[in-house]
Amino acid sequence: MTPAATGQAEAARRRASARNGWLLSAPALLILTLFACGPLLIVLVYSFLTPGQYGNVVGEFSPDGWIGVLYSRDIFDDTLVLADAHLTIFWRSVKLSLMTTLITFALGFPTAWFIATRPPKARAMWLFLITIPFWTNLLIRTFAINEVIRNDGIINSLLIWAGLIDQPLRMIYTDGAVLAGMAYVYLPLMVLPLFAAIDRFDMRLLEASYDLYASRWACLRRVILPIVRPGIVAGSILVFVPSLGAYVTPRVLGGGKNMMIGNFIELQFTQGRNWPLGAALSILLLVVVALALILYVRAAEGGESEGRHG
Amino acid sequence: MADRRFQVARLPGFATIAVLVFLALYLPILTLVGFAFNAENSISVWGGFSLKWFAAAWKNQAVQDAALRSLTIATLSALIATSVATLAALGTTRRPAFRGRGFIYVMINQPLMVPEIVTAVALLILFGIVKQATGYQGLGYLVAAHSAFCIPFAYLPIRARLAGMDASLEIAAADLYASPIATFRRVTLPLLAPGIMAGAMLAFVISLDDVVITEFVKSGGQDTLPTYMLGQMRRAITPEVNAISTLLLALTVALLTAFFLLTRQKD
Repeated sequence: MTPAATGQAEAARRRASARNGWLLSAPALLILTLFACGPLLIVLVYSFLTPGQYGNVVGEFSPDGWIGVLYSRDIFDDTLVLADAHLTIFWRSVKLSLMTTLITFALGFPTAWFIATRPPKARAMWLFLITIPFWTNLLIRTFAINEVIRNDGIINSLLIWAGLIDQPLRMIYTDGAVLAGMAYVYLPLMVLPLFAAIDRFDMRLLEASYDLYASRWACLRRVILPIVRPGIVAGSILVFVPSLGAYVTPRVLGGGKNMMIGNFIELQFTQGRNWPLGAALSILLLVVVALALILYVRAAEGGESEGRHG
Repeated sequence: MADRRFQVARLPGFATIAVLVFLALYLPILTLVGFAFNAENSISVWGGFSLKWFAAAWKNQAVQDAALRSLTIATLSALIATSVATLAALGTTRRPAFRGRGFIYVMINQPLMVPEIVTAVALLILFGIVKQATGYQGLGYLVAAHSAFCIPFAYLPIRARLAGMDASLEIAAADLYASPIATFRRVTLPLLAPGIMAGAMLAFVISLDDVVITEFVKSGGQDTLPTYMLGQMRRAITPEVNAISTLLLALTVALLTAFFLLTRQKD
């Protein structure tokens, strides 16, 4: 065969291979388009419609869904006023998500370091111990926290039994309870990527820096943290993104008064009867999460190329 | 305290924090499980050992229905998700990169990136329209929703297994005049089976655990175990909820252990 003919045969084979790739993926893509991606477009459309009297929408264009994200209409003179309640909920969502990320990092970094520096056999055991909560039901784990801190829960029962207090301390249904719960349920998401990064860390670098009279603190700050940065970024994203969209944890531990954006969205589809506002809030949440993911990809790529050049 | 040599990898206080973290991770779950065996009607004051809450949960018609519904949905969704994920893994692994492969990856992993509450709301709207148009109220909606978000969980272990598989056995089969279908059925599929099983188990667990999407998609009287439990939390709770949690936890841990054994076999 001439080189041109083999080239043509090769190109035909590649085309057939690509076609088969698409055909084999088609059923999965169909299900995902119908029940995961496609419906998001309907949400976008709904955010521009008019709320129906008993929920749902009527097919008339209205920007009120989006205006309602930040403003509410005065009942008496129909003017727009900044909706403080909404801002409080956004601020709480962002604040609690950032604090959850910080707390899980502060606790997760030593934990990941501890696991990565165990002898191989023990390391597998510790790693398995951190993976079990990672895969067990989030509802059950949130519920476990609920039973610990509720008024008739473990902590209060113990304190009353010990005679330290007569009235139960009110811990549940506070921002602190939501924070503790989210830190608890999302901690493994921080530890696992940190572990992966620390596991690849070359301990000889530490020997070298100690030889050069670096203090422990200097080693941590100037050697370890910069090198495991991709793990830190990955862990932070993995914790921050689900925290921001959290629904179960604030519902079970925060109650009706300490809503986060996820519960606020639900409210619009139930008692609130304002589907367009709920749809607009959903799109907003989606955009923020997408931005966070793009930042993550940028940071991860930046870290990689730094590593390559450095 | 014999070895007082300077260890480079040791950072002061880290081991203490780590041990406390593990205690904090496990103590709440262990107390939850412990009080499932409480003889008293309390989730925090111990009154002796008893299995009565397991019996109570077992006899509770609502729990029975929810458990059966959870298992039905998880089985069907895992089957569907794993079938299409296996095909997609075959389509995207071990062949030269082609235009659009990146797009397929993004589509498949999309359920991992979009906040669950947003998908839940989107499906609530979509299925609301379909319900009105067709009048169908059955479990099909939940199965469709679960199948979709289980796909990435089924896909990832299958793809990992496939990527690590040597193509030489299949080439040998083809050399021996096995038809492509025979090669797939007799060579590829058996080699891929542990990955498929692992993917199916993961999909099953993920479906079984889902709260948010199920809560929004279910019609009246279609509670699964997690949404039933979520509903119970509003009331004064009894150790019955602990007993249900314990059973669900035991099932999950059993499946996960099997999953780890299956995926470890490779090396």
